Amino acid sequence: MMQASRHAGPADLPIGSDADLAWVRQQVRQAAAELGFGLVQQTKLVTAASELARNTLVHGGGGHVRITPLDAGSTHGLRLDFVDTGPGIRDLDQALTDGYTSGGGLGLGLSGAKRLVQEFEVDSRPGEGTTVTVTAWATVVPPSRTVP
Amino acid sequence: MTGFAGHGPAVGHGFTVPVLQLGDVLLVTLQGELHDGMAEQLQEDITARISNTRVSGVVIDISGVEIVDSFLGRVLAEIAAGAKLLAARTVLAGMRPAVAITLVELGLTLPGLRTALDVERAMELLGVTTRRGEGSP
Repeated sequence: MMQASRHAGPADLPIGSDADLAWVRQQVRQAAAELGFGLVQQTKLVTAASELARNTLVHGGGGHVRITPLDAGSTHGLRLDFVDTGPGIRDLDQALTDGYTSGGGLGLGLSGAKRLVQEFEVDSRPGEGTTVTVTAWATVVPPSRTVP
Repeated sequence: MTGFAGHGPAVGHGFTVPVLQLGDVLLVTLQGELHDGMAEQLQEDITARISNTRVSGVVIDISGVEIVDSFLGRVLAEIAAGAKLLAARTVLAGMRPAVAITLVELGLTLPGLRTALDVERAMELLGVTTRRGEGSP
């Protein structure tokens, strides 16, 4: 019964401090490991999660992340929704440009995180907040080949 | 020489980062989860130690670090840049292969940072021999 509940549904973690960022990294790593992610895949996803959680904290004024295990046939995935109710991103194209920063960082947070996952989506409304959703799969499914 | 005058290890959230002085080199060992505030504290701590102890080299061992994101990467680069201004060379030692792959994809290749596969090689780069015997010339 305890085992069944482990993968049963999404888990929400608060993002409000440095310590929360560390906790998010640990929980994402654990979830990815349980779903069969390899070491490099785990490292990429945890790094992306760290960048995005820091954005939620620094730019969004805090929020939460929802961690959702996914099943697609024989492979497993993990979806992460980073949600804040901050000021929103005014210029998304600019925010996704390498080297652009509004917060004194290196400007690699969003653009870098995007490269580390398979699916990446940003929903930002000025004055209402930002949700960044990323998905990574334990096994990358190759595009189906057309057999002549 | 009193050495560490007034500067203990960086402390934060119940963790400490060991900073050892080995002759002319500071050996900093990072392990596990490093909180952002703790990384910044470490930067101040190392920079003060370089000034106080007048070491000529810093080795940062990250073999126990599972991820390096852009924040920690920036702190490491800034530690090295600060050390350089204080006439000390910095070598980053023991990066895990998965971390290296991830950093490249992230776009953070830390061009100004000298690296070594492990602490021993880092010490050699700084001109310190850690292994004795074996018929050294």
